[in-house]
Amino acid sequence: MTALLEIRDLKAEVAGRQILNGLDLTVNKGEIHAIMGPNGAGKSTLSYVLSGKPGYTITGGEVYLNGEDLFAMEADERAAKGLFLAFQYPLEIPGVATLTFLRSALNAQRRKRGEEELSSPDLLKRVRELAKQLGIDPDMLRRPLNVGFSGGEKKRNETLQMALLEPKLCVLDETDSGLDIDALKVVANGVNQLRAPERGMIVITHYQRLLDYIVPDVVHVLAAGRIVETGGKELALELEARGYAQYQSEAA
Amino acid sequence: MNAPVTTIRTEAEQGLVDAFTAAAPSLPGGVAVTAARAAAFEAFSRTGLPHRRTEAWRYTDLRRFMRDAKPLAPFPNLDLAATAATAGFIAADLDFRRLVVVDGIFMPSLSDLSGLEEGLTIRSFGAVLGEDAPLLPDVLRDALPEYDPAMALNAALARDGVWISLAPGVAIERPLHLVFVSTGESPTSVFSRSRVTLGAGARLSLLETHEAADGVAHQVNAALGLLVGDAAELTHVKVTAEGDAVLHVGSLIASVGARAKISTCGFALRGAVVRNQMFVRLAGADTQAEISGVSLLGGRQHVDQSLLLSHAAPGGTSRETFKAVVDGTAHAAFQGKIAVEQAAQQTDARMMARALLLSEEAEAYCKPELEIFADDVQCGHGATVGTLDDQLKFYLMARGIPAKEAETLLIQAFVGEVLDGIAHEGLREALTAATVNWLEARA
Ligand SMILES: Nc1ncnc2c1ncn2[C@@H]1O[C@H](COP(=O)(O)OP(=O)(O)O)[C@@H](O)[C@H]1O
Ligand SMILES: [Mg+2]
Repeated sequence: MTALLEIRDLKAEVAGRQILNGLDLTVNKGEIHAIMGPNGAGKSTLSYVLSGKPGYTITGGEVYLNGEDLFAMEADERAAKGLFLAFQYPLEIPGVATLTFLRSALNAQRRKRGEEELSSPDLLKRVRELAKQLGIDPDMLRRPLNVGFSGGEKKRNETLQMALLEPKLCVLDETDSGLDIDALKVVANGVNQLRAPERGMIVITHYQRLLDYIVPDVVHVLAAGRIVETGGKELALELEARGYAQYQSEAA
Repeated sequence: MNAPVTTIRTEAEQGLVDAFTAAAPSLPGGVAVTAARAAAFEAFSRTGLPHRRTEAWRYTDLRRFMRDAKPLAPFPNLDLAATAATAGFIAADLDFRRLVVVDGIFMPSLSDLSGLEEGLTIRSFGAVLGEDAPLLPDVLRDALPEYDPAMALNAALARDGVWISLAPGVAIERPLHLVFVSTGESPTSVFSRSRVTLGAGARLSLLETHEAADGVAHQVNAALGLLVGDAAELTHVKVTAEGDAVLHVGSLIASVGARAKISTCGFALRGAVVRNQMFVRLAGADTQAEISGVSLLGGRQHVDQSLLLSHAAPGGTSRETFKAVVDGTAHAAFQGKIAVEQAAQQTDARMMARALLLSEEAEAYCKPELEIFADDVQCGHGATVGTLDDQLKFYLMARGIPAKEAETLLIQAFVGEVLDGIAHEGLREALTAATVNWLEARA
């Protein structure tokens, strides 16, 4: 069976500095993988390299999404093939209404996959449902994307996008950062509803707390640009207890 | 007076002298108007066409852009009425009252003058000039704060245009649409002058569009005077959408009374060289002004939107927002000055000019200025010239939106800040649609 995501010996640079140093990772359908690690380990870099952010240079290795060469695709094609990154810091886009953005995104993906576009009323209905589930004020949908949204609102909005776009592989970069416990539960609940046999997830986090709510199948430690340890969900608790000092010295 | 004397005239300047000499006897106006025309032309012939060293025109060197002066447009050929009938495409789906000006001449037969609302008067500007009332020379000069060569030429040579006046307290719901068309297969010089007067407390919405066919190098000089009475409200949008060889010099001269509101937006869509200059004087106390511009340009276009805003009385609030999207090897310019006179205490004025460059060879010049003689004021200005934000574009692409569409969304958002301020919903949608079309037509 083809893995959902297969990363082999991935090396990448940003601003002339090597950040990913031969990273291997395989995620199968239906699995939730947590990636934990100290600040500066390269977790966000991995998520950006996967999603195709400009400014990163791949210096080695390969990545396959459902058997297809990820690096042969533009960022928008990767999204249409089912890759979704929930950003650590979602951007504000003045002048682009949230709903317009959601419609453009969903219909662009559908067009690319040869599917029919969703009509505006159907889209609105679907978005309203999701907003309700995620405790998002429907008025927010008419406001410019993320502009003036609180940290929690931005993360809910990322979750809404993910639920609407129904990706095959979700990468959540520190979805818990900046959230209070209530917001965290709402977001985690939204993520859990997306758990499905066909879908895989990579949950990147610095703290174990999120993993109480989104329970992973596998936990990896990323340090100095590589996966240095892999275990079951109990590894997260161990890490919480002993901290990352051991890996930081390894990196140094 | 020590006006600089140009001894050597360019070919275009000589052409204008010849045109004025030949046309003067037949231009409408009695003794006083004729004298005012002669004085205006005399002033022009002392300075000649503006050029790089003419401060107010530093980015639009008319001496360079006008190699020659085209012959004055003859009286419009009525067979060309068909052209005029399809003009004003921006408002094709809007039920505005169309007032058509062909080659600088107001054409009642092509205009909609049926069922005029009470208190609304619409006439030919030339006919009014012909009456030679004592105040007319002032009308021709308008309330210009300083000498301007394009306005001087317009005062000397304009034959006609539309004269609109609205009685005090009258609110007109149906917007007026001034449709300006230049016709003919050979290039001409087209001068027009229009005037809109709003009595105290009157309310009006006005659209002005300028069109001409591609490939004909008309030289259009169109001026519009706006006199907004106390507590009156005027919204005005000007669209320049002339052919790809046209040189358009447009002037707006507005004087705004106490507690009145004015909103004006220059939307530059087409034309080889466009200079859209606005002179706005907030003459009465507690006025509110929204002055904006959108320039969408590509190819080798040159578009200059310029503003001289005078806060002349206390308590005025003004917001100036100018946006340019520049593609190809086009050049955009913005020169904006807010002058706050000593009497204009508690002025609150903010001016922002931003240009977005879409290609390596595109250029934009921004020169915002404040000149403040009152001490209790809040004034600010800013200017930016930049490219599309890669981070924002990536965010959109990461959601599946293709690069081109992501750019279109971002540019629309950039321009939307101005267009969202257009009060008339239908017109706002029409301008937004024109923007989308422009973006989609980008190579
Ligand atoms: N654009 C950039 N320019 C220079 N250095 C960068 C850039 N982005 C990330 N880095 C560096 O790469 C390293 C990894 O960063 P990041 O992937 O954000 O770590 P994490 O998400 O694990 O905290 C850090 O040392 C960071 O300073
Ligand atoms: Mg990070």
